[in-house]
Amino acid sequence: MDFLTYIKDHTVVLDGGMGTLLQSAGLGAGELPERWNLSHPLVIRDIHRDYLRAGSHVINTNTFGANLLKFSHEELENIVCTAVCNARMAQECASVSHPTWVALDIGPCGKLLKPYGDLDFEDAVALFAATVRLGVKYGVDLITVETMNDSYETKAALLAVKENCSLPVIVTNAYGEDGKLMTGAKPAAMVAMLEGMGADVIGLNCSLGPRQLRGVIRELLENASVPVAVKPNAGLPRNADGKTVYDITPEEFAEELAEAVHGGVRAVGGCCGTTPEYIQRTVDKIKNITPKPIEKKAFGVVSSYTHAVRFEEDRPVLIGERINPTGKKRFKQALVEHDLDYILREGLRQQECGVQVLDVNVGLPDIDESEMLCETVCELQAILDLPLQIDTASPAAMERALRRYNGKAMINSVNGKRESMDAIFPLVKKYGGMVVALTLDEQGIPSTAEGRLEIAARILRVAESYSVDRRDIIFDPLTMTVSTDPQAANVTLEAVRRIRGELGCLTSLGVSNVSFGLPARDTVNSIFFTLALQSGLGAAIMNPYSAEMMGAYHAYRALRGYDANCADYVSFAAALPAPTAVSASSAAIASAPAAAEGTLRHAVIKGLREQAGVLTAKSLADGAEPMTLVREEIIPALDEVGRGFEEKTVYLPQLLMSAEAARAASEQIKLHLSQTKEQTAERSGAPVVIATVAGDIHDIGKNIVKLLLENYGFRVVDLGKDVAPEKIADEVVRLGAPLCGLSALMTTTVPAMEETIRLLRARAPHCRVMVGGAVLNRDYAERIGADFYGKDAMEAVRYAEQICGE
Amino acid sequence: MRTAAVSEEVERELDGALAEALPMLSYRLCYAEFALKLDGGEADMTFARAASHSLVAHLAGCTHVVAFAATLGVGLDRLIARYSRLSPTRALCLQAIGAERIEAVCEAFETDIRYASFGGRIHTRFSPGYGDLPLTFQREIFRVLDCPRRIGLTLNESLLMSPSKSVTALIGIE
Repeated sequence: MDFLTYIKDHTVVLDGGMGTLLQSAGLGAGELPERWNLSHPLVIRDIHRDYLRAGSHVINTNTFGANLLKFSHEELENIVCTAVCNARMAQECASVSHPTWVALDIGPCGKLLKPYGDLDFEDAVALFAATVRLGVKYGVDLITVETMNDSYETKAALLAVKENCSLPVIVTNAYGEDGKLMTGAKPAAMVAMLEGMGADVIGLNCSLGPRQLRGVIRELLENASVPVAVKPNAGLPRNADGKTVYDITPEEFAEELAEAVHGGVRAVGGCCGTTPEYIQRTVDKIKNITPKPIEKKAFGVVSSYTHAVRFEEDRPVLIGERINPTGKKRFKQALVEHDLDYILREGLRQQECGVQVLDVNVGLPDIDESEMLCETVCELQAILDLPLQIDTASPAAMERALRRYNGKAMINSVNGKRESMDAIFPLVKKYGGMVVALTLDEQGIPSTAEGRLEIAARILRVAESYSVDRRDIIFDPLTMTVSTDPQAANVTLEAVRRIRGELGCLTSLGVSNVSFGLPARDTVNSIFFTLALQSGLGAAIMNPYSAEMMGAYHAYRALRGYDANCADYVSFAAALPAPTAVSASSAAIASAPAAAEGTLRHAVIKGLREQAGVLTAKSLADGAEPMTLVREEIIPALDEVGRGFEEKTVYLPQLLMSAEAARAASEQIKLHLSQTKEQTAERSGAPVVIATVAGDIHDIGKNIVKLLLENYGFRVVDLGKDVAPEKIADEVVRLGAPLCGLSALMTTTVPAMEETIRLLRARAPHCRVMVGGAVLNRDYAERIGADFYGKDAMEAVRYAEQICGE
Repeated sequence: MRTAAVSEEVERELDGALAEALPMLSYRLCYAEFALKLDGGEADMTFARAASHSLVAHLAGCTHVVAFAATLGVGLDRLIARYSRLSPTRALCLQAIGAERIEAVCEAFETDIRYASFGGRIHTRFSPGYGDLPLTFQREIFRVLDCPRRIGLTLNESLLMSPSKSVTALIGIE
């Protein structure tokens, strides 16, 4: 019988622990259990057979760690081949009457993925793919991906399965005591991502006993529309006379699992410490329980690597629109200069304002959008935990970014054109996602709500033909400009109402479009937003920096009774700046006792970030020359702190705080200049290139040097950490950089630094090389051929001034 | 050398960094004890042998050795990555907090081992990379302790550990 058909009406029994049994059969500490398929086939077969006789429907091959990181190609093939063979022979020998299946077992590879580890996502996919292909070659019935404690690695493994076979796949994760994976994912987030990618059964295994996992089981059941699998340990391990023993009996274990089956779990088994007896008892306890029907969930959901965001009536989803160059000069400049820091800060700032999702659009004619989009998505998900809405007109760029996205993304967008649907729906199906569907087609945007509704209905039909679930579609019936068409807002609002009411689907709008060409746009936008919310809007792409928009949102929720005790509204209001904020702070400055206080120079010396920004903006508004501010306020302040640092009267954090205050001031100057189209305050000429060398991931020193160089007006191109010598040389040549700074913390990576210098000498003889880092000193730096050793960031600045002043 | 005064602003910054860092820490540790034989220039620790004079000298007189690995988890790494984009000052403070916390975990573990060894004298911890014990010895510790599975600690190609605020070491017991 087909496994997926069987699980529809039955509770499936999985197997129990393998490692624990192998250890008691003599497997040594540190010995690779997968080799026992070849060296001790009878032991393996007996274990499989005992599980089958105990009542297991599914047995996992002994291939938990069978991957190319641990074995050669040849040995891997031998292992998988014999592992499948051992399971098949056990199946034959057990001669049980219930249906049984052999699953290829895939465990974590033992490496953390980039950026926090060193395994590239695609390399991880390739690694798992090799094992999957072998399992398929030797004829397994199912694939089990298990014990994964990182969502990104789980995604890589599932993608490898999906790209190399069409077998049913069970995915179970190892949740800790906090109810999350080791890298932070909650069960709801895993369900969103894994269901989106087409996992057939989703669940948990290992880490704890069934009792400690009750909360995780509940959360899985509340979120999953597919069968849920549960394979806990036999309780918690403890050491008894040098042996690991587990603290719950087969009887207690079986009782807990029976409870889980009552609750709706559809596949049960055991992990560490469980034996055929645990499985046998469980089978006895559950055999008379009628399987609970699997409830298909109705809510829409997206996720990040930590949490899921549900689209629910009482909490319309706010999608921040600020990562988008359209109409934003400063953002365009950041894109052209590849200034990711600026883009990431926009992301963090929107998160602080309370959006639940970030739209990411980096399309600009002069840049490689596909590359930039993928990089921005990766960088954003490295430092913040909001789900992202990937926004591009290019299906190729979309696919590249979706592949790397660690969760279930929003996809912006598809529309009623056949070409668009044929390009986007397969991506939704493969990578998962909730797709924004614009109600326009080859004929353009219908002028009536009726017309937009018809397109929406057609999009739904086509989505169904691609087996894209309707809850993964959110319609955008398009906000038109009210200043050119007085009916524009009415039509859009009616479309929102009818899509919600007649099709039962979610809607989203880009709110700000409504006010183009009108003064005081925020007022128009926020009222339109309120009307749309009242019409049943599920999400809005909006500007979270606008207090009016945020106010409308929070007030709406409070007024509709969605905000218990108006708590969200009250905390929103408490964080609002007082209406007289600017004058109040200038008053505070004016009333400060010493004359020096309240000056930009003083703010930078003291490291007062916000004050430095406010004072700069104020001075510029009052007509101060940007360059005068830099020359007479910022640089002298930095010099003073820098001198203090050199004389050891100032600690490093103080130096950095001043540098950050100076950066806040510079950011205001940049903004001012991008508005007045004047030349920038930066030094002209080629940039300084800096990097942490290959093999080294310590970048704090390099980041400090970067910050200080920028403070002093140098343009800095930061190649990041763990950068290959070739890439550094390529960039130095391409940019014609007069100076390159290299950093290394570990003795083991100094050879990489030496090689980089050698390559730079050969390919860019004009470029000076300065080095720094904990393992270096002047002698060592000379020996590896550097021009200069900087013992700290100030020395690097002094040297750069000397070189670039030449 | 003069000592710099810590300004009020720096104090505030440190308080802020502590308030953010502490909830992100997820202390995890795993260990195992092995019989030890010292043989000339080589330490035979049952699970692996190391030809290291400095390790042999350090373990002189010991009959057992405890191998352990400890980590603060990836949460702090994420926080540091976030602040290296946002505020290098905060990133620096978080780095320092992480360094202090992981050291404190190791100290606490040593104390536990000292109690558990029933008066047996224990030697201070010794990590791969100390003296002439090569960094490649990390691989042996990772193999025998199964660090990725037990505590989510992984070893990179360049023998660095991820999460970054982590320690592996050997403790000799007399």
